[in-house]
Amino acid sequence: MSMELDVFVGNTMLLDEEVYKLWLDGYTVGDAVRLRLEGGVLQECEASEEVLHSDTMDQFRTFQMCERFLHCPSKLANQLLFQIPPHRQAMLIERYYMFDSGFARELLGKKLSKGTKKDLDDVSAKTGITLKSCRRQFDNFKRVFKAVEELKGPLVENIQHHFLLSDRLARDYAAVVFFANSRFETGKRKLQYLSFQDFAFCARQLISYWTVGSVDSMLEGMDVDLEKEFLHDLKDLKILITDKDMLDQHKSLVCAALRGKIKVFNEMEGNFKNLSRALVNIAVKLTHTKDVRDLFIDLVEKFIEPCRSDRWAVGDIRLFLTHYTSTAHKLDTFRHLVIWDRYMGVVKSCILKMYHD
Amino acid sequence: MPGKLKAKIVAGRHLPVMDRASDLTDAFVEVKFGNTTFKTDVYPKSLNPQWNSEWFKFEVDDEDLQDEPLQITVLDHDTYSANDAIGKVYIDIDPLLSSEAATVISGWFPIYDTIHGIRGEINVLVKVDLFNDLNRFRQSSCGVKFFCTTSIPRCYRAAMVHGFVEELVVNEDPEYQWIDRIRTPRASNEARQRLISLMSGELQRKIGLKVLEMGGNAVVGYLQCFDLEGESGLVVRAIGTACTLEKLSNSSAAAPPACNSPSKDIKESPLAHPPGHGCRSTHSSPVHTASGSRLSQNFSVSVPTLIFTGMGSGGSAGKEGGPLKTLLRQQTQSALEQREFPFFTLTSFPPGFLIHVGGVVSARSVKLLDRIHNPDEPETRDAWWEEIRQEIKSHARALGCHAVVGYSESTSICEEVCILSASGTAAVLHPKFMQEGCLDGYSDPSRLEEPSPPSCGFCHIPYDELNIPFPAHLTYCYHCRRQKVPDVLFTTIDMPAEAAVTGKGCLIQARLCRLKKKAQGEVNATAISNLLPFMEYELHTQLMNKLKLRGMNALFGLRIQISVGENMLVGLASATAVYLTALPTPGGIQIAGKTPSDITYEQHISNMQKKINDTIAKNKELYEVNPPEVIEEVIGSPIPEPRQRSRLFRSHSESSDEVSELDLSHGKKDAFVLEIDDTDAVEDIHSLLTDTPAPAGFYSCNTEIMPGIYNWTSGLQMFTSVRVFRLSNANLTNQGLNKIFNDLCENLLKSLYFKLRSMIPCCLCHLNFTVAVPEDELIQVAVTAVAMTFDKDQAQENWKLGADKTHMKAIVENEEQLQFPLELCTESPSTNPFSPCRGTGLQESANAHATPRAASVDYSSFADRWSSWIELIRLKAQTIRRGSIKTTSSLEKASPLPEGRSRSLRSTRSYAGSTVAVVKMTPLSFIPGTRIIKYLGIINMFFIRETTSLREEGGVSGFLHAFIAEVFAMVRAHVAALGGNAVVSYSMKECVFMENPNKNQAQCLINVSGDAVIFMRESELEATPAPPQTSCSGGEVTT
Repeated sequence: MSMELDVFVGNTMLLDEEVYKLWLDGYTVGDAVRLRLEGGVLQECEASEEVLHSDTMDQFRTFQMCERFLHCPSKLANQLLFQIPPHRQAMLIERYYMFDSGFARELLGKKLSKGTKKDLDDVSAKTGITLKSCRRQFDNFKRVFKAVEELKGPLVENIQHHFLLSDRLARDYAAVVFFANSRFETGKRKLQYLSFQDFAFCARQLISYWTVGSVDSMLEGMDVDLEKEFLHDLKDLKILITDKDMLDQHKSLVCAALRGKIKVFNEMEGNFKNLSRALVNIAVKLTHTKDVRDLFIDLVEKFIEPCRSDRWAVGDIRLFLTHYTSTAHKLDTFRHLVIWDRYMGVVKSCILKMYHD
Repeated sequence: MPGKLKAKIVAGRHLPVMDRASDLTDAFVEVKFGNTTFKTDVYPKSLNPQWNSEWFKFEVDDEDLQDEPLQITVLDHDTYSANDAIGKVYIDIDPLLSSEAATVISGWFPIYDTIHGIRGEINVLVKVDLFNDLNRFRQSSCGVKFFCTTSIPRCYRAAMVHGFVEELVVNEDPEYQWIDRIRTPRASNEARQRLISLMSGELQRKIGLKVLEMGGNAVVGYLQCFDLEGESGLVVRAIGTACTLEKLSNSSAAAPPACNSPSKDIKESPLAHPPGHGCRSTHSSPVHTASGSRLSQNFSVSVPTLIFTGMGSGGSAGKEGGPLKTLLRQQTQSALEQREFPFFTLTSFPPGFLIHVGGVVSARSVKLLDRIHNPDEPETRDAWWEEIRQEIKSHARALGCHAVVGYSESTSICEEVCILSASGTAAVLHPKFMQEGCLDGYSDPSRLEEPSPPSCGFCHIPYDELNIPFPAHLTYCYHCRRQKVPDVLFTTIDMPAEAAVTGKGCLIQARLCRLKKKAQGEVNATAISNLLPFMEYELHTQLMNKLKLRGMNALFGLRIQISVGENMLVGLASATAVYLTALPTPGGIQIAGKTPSDITYEQHISNMQKKINDTIAKNKELYEVNPPEVIEEVIGSPIPEPRQRSRLFRSHSESSDEVSELDLSHGKKDAFVLEIDDTDAVEDIHSLLTDTPAPAGFYSCNTEIMPGIYNWTSGLQMFTSVRVFRLSNANLTNQGLNKIFNDLCENLLKSLYFKLRSMIPCCLCHLNFTVAVPEDELIQVAVTAVAMTFDKDQAQENWKLGADKTHMKAIVENEEQLQFPLELCTESPSTNPFSPCRGTGLQESANAHATPRAASVDYSSFADRWSSWIELIRLKAQTIRRGSIKTTSSLEKASPLPEGRSRSLRSTRSYAGSTVAVVKMTPLSFIPGTRIIKYLGIINMFFIRETTSLREEGGVSGFLHAFIAEVFAMVRAHVAALGGNAVVSYSMKECVFMENPNKNQAQCLINVSGDAVIFMRESELEATPAPPQTSCSGGEVTT
């Protein structure tokens, strides 16, 4: 004796945001019913577990049928199958594309390939996010990536246009796409302390200042790739460390500016050449794709860790980098100020964001 | 050559990938009408083809125009092998044949395939040029309007109600056993869909001819049904009420009553149209039902007609009460005499039409099906129905009534056995709508008799008091004190808007299962016909008990369905119970132990009695049934004292036990007695009490609207829910089966309440249950209804006191803003084929949108659609303005990029911004807070869906869920293409689901119907032109 068939279809799609969340989180119907029971849904409206089960099944089915439209959100407004009010459409899309930052952190910089997808069970085990949800999020990443990787124009706007996402979410996706495209190394143990939002911030900096689109937003260029010419020009900064006089002059200018202003002055003074070499070497190496990938690990190993071991405060770092950047303008023979500022601006904000425990 | 049909194929979108290699499709379209076929060019390698074809012209007879649908087939061109069909669209062009309905069909239609469901959409334009044909002997009936609505449509006035029209056509079923045939199910299902489409066209044309013959111009309450008789064929039959309708001009003072709520009707109608009918009392009974059963052909076991209400002297009610009454009767009779069957499928009536209501009349008959040998002479089926109708007619006569209203017919088929059922409400009607000379008498005070108040007149008995056809308890009307009324009134109609009620109403259901032995042929038919009377009796008993339990005294919208399966019969009776102020207060329910025995037993009984009394008290509070106390008068009742207590017996118990006269009175003089003679009875009483009331904030009814609720707001959610329950193989008893069925219905209701809890306070209206026994151990229950929100604080007193109208309106408008999210965005130019972005390819769409040109183009296309409403020119201009402004702004938003950039976007993605027009659906004949300004034609669609990968599609539930959603989508698309924004009087008349899980297969047939309309918000109709910015919501609903 059993219910063989049980469906409910409304002319306007009837949906419960709570149930939608459970579906997105990848719960089975049974688990979802249990969670709803625990959530006390029955207290607001008397009903049995049976009723709850039937309702959950119905909604899960509806979402499943809707999913193919969600894969191409602009279709959702055009499709005739379900009548969904516009604000509900927006909610469905936004929630569908929302991702767990823990999950995104795991995938940052990884190739969005079948192999990665196969390893999602590890990610699931590590983050406590259901495998089903991991797969959805992975597929979303991949879908967004595929849609915009070849497109010209501002990355965030492209994402927003094609997936009808909110500004905030589109920005986060931009970071994901950017990292996946450039395949930045983020998985090393030393980088584990950094959160998704740390990287997302850095990605925004890179997109804003180092890509082709950043130079002239009207120019037909791509936001996803770093500007080759700029990376090539970074080689010229080498003079800052190869020219002994210039290095000394730079050091004295920085020391003069910072004397008495930072607690770690002595350490800074003793370590200046190393730090400067580290920053400039990172810049010089960026012509090689492989070294681009190591940008963040380099920043951590070559700059952040030495500072941390000397117990620099964030304020100290900020002051140092500010003056380190600005004093270069006073160097007599240094000609590459535009490149320098463009490079240091991003590096400074990235380091500041990344300098925490 | 009296007609030219023109069709143009504009574009397609979201087509499926037909070529795996390229992930694209080379689509072309075949357009077929009758035997003529045209083809478009192949549009290569695209999922969004732009055919932009020439106008395909078909020169055809108008007879064909009525019968045939326009068939559009989308195919994928294949150079080396046969072209693959992507799917089809059938367009019924009937709405274009009436001058008052739609003028053009234009829009996106889902491309439908019986296996794959909806596969993309196609944009089509259809027009018809009709030439005048003065041929008197023509076979067509173009121009006759059809309405599913069972009342006079809202923007019309009934000049005359001609009466009953019926017709049926039969054919061989191209496929009745779909699984084991040689032909692919897909081919035969497509053939079946086409055949049924043709047959219903033909049926409609034939009915139209009958209407023209009668001098009418419309059919109201059109009810079309399919009988899938399996081997013996396919029957399509329809009944309706022929009328002469006149369109109400908007400017005239006699504007139609507001569509939103009956409150206006009630306030206005009695004043505007002084009641033109009087009454003299005779007699009434709650139900006058008979269940006959005759078998077909040579085999005839004549089961005696069982009359269980105790109709003593049937047919002798013709005694006249007085000269006035005689006059009335004669007039009406003469009006009705020409009619073979004085039946009306209407369930609500123009004021003054319905004079008295006698009670429910019904007839059933069991037939054995055999092959229909000559489809052109469907005489057998005609004769069967004729028989049933005669029976109904004679039942009505017995109740002193000359007409039957709220009339409907249905069948239930299992193998070769078929139960035909018909039911209606015996009534006395006013002749003024039925005679030529009385057309002007719309508000004419009756010359016939002293008027009786409209709020109670219909309750007064139409039959002769001194010649009661059955024992009944009569009292003087509690409202006017002048005429006699029965103690209980059962009807199949909607409650008259002017009726006086106390408190609110509620849904009542009687549910019953009866096992029967599996048998074949005549034995089976005899067994079924033997069971039927008992089932009807028991359903009736249940209804009566449940009615008493709620402290109410009348049922409206009573619908009794008995379905036959191989090994059981399932009966379901639904009705809306109310407390009619005019009728006496119902007595309670008294339990009597039949065998006085030990003390514990008596204690048990008294416990139960207490429970029942508590329930009654609770229900009275719940439904606000607080009738004013009436001073008891001694009423001359023709019934001797002891019989004042109507006794209710269980069908199995002997009814002869009159001796045990217990003192049952606990204050009420006419308590119902329930005798407990066996354990079954205990069970029954338990089940009586297990009906859980709707949760707080919910009401439910199966009539159009809930008696006692008058302040509807705009929240609206139509839904369909289907459940199939599999019984175990275990030997079930009748009791066990009853419980299962009862739980099935109760749980379904509970589920509905739970799902719709966000709409509280709300009422589920027109809760229409359909039961079927599709297979041996399956019970299927399908429900279609609408949940409507209402304003709780605006109590009914406001209505009665004539509340501050503006205040109410303000609240309604507030509510609308809250409910606004329920509606989708307005139709935007992308859904319009004239829009430049469709015509010129997508590359430039963003570009075009940003320019002001878009607005002007919209203007013309909107104007095109709206051009037919001369009477609404002022409003039209306003709406156009709103529409286009809104559209433009939304498009600007959709393409926020600077032009230089947007040009380079991948073009297929730039659909954003175009949205689908909102189409509301409701089983009611109106939408609260709105006025229907135009009827665009009837929607009558039949779909079959099949699958050979049931598991992959989510099992039976996934399969049916998708199918129902698709059916809704196709209905909405057709309505939108006609230029409408709602379907009213929507119903799902057939949902036949079959599965074969072992083969991973399933199949389902669905038949839906309704009236496509254009409605406008009342607030809009009254509003002076508002600044466009604030009227977005306005543009929304009017497109």
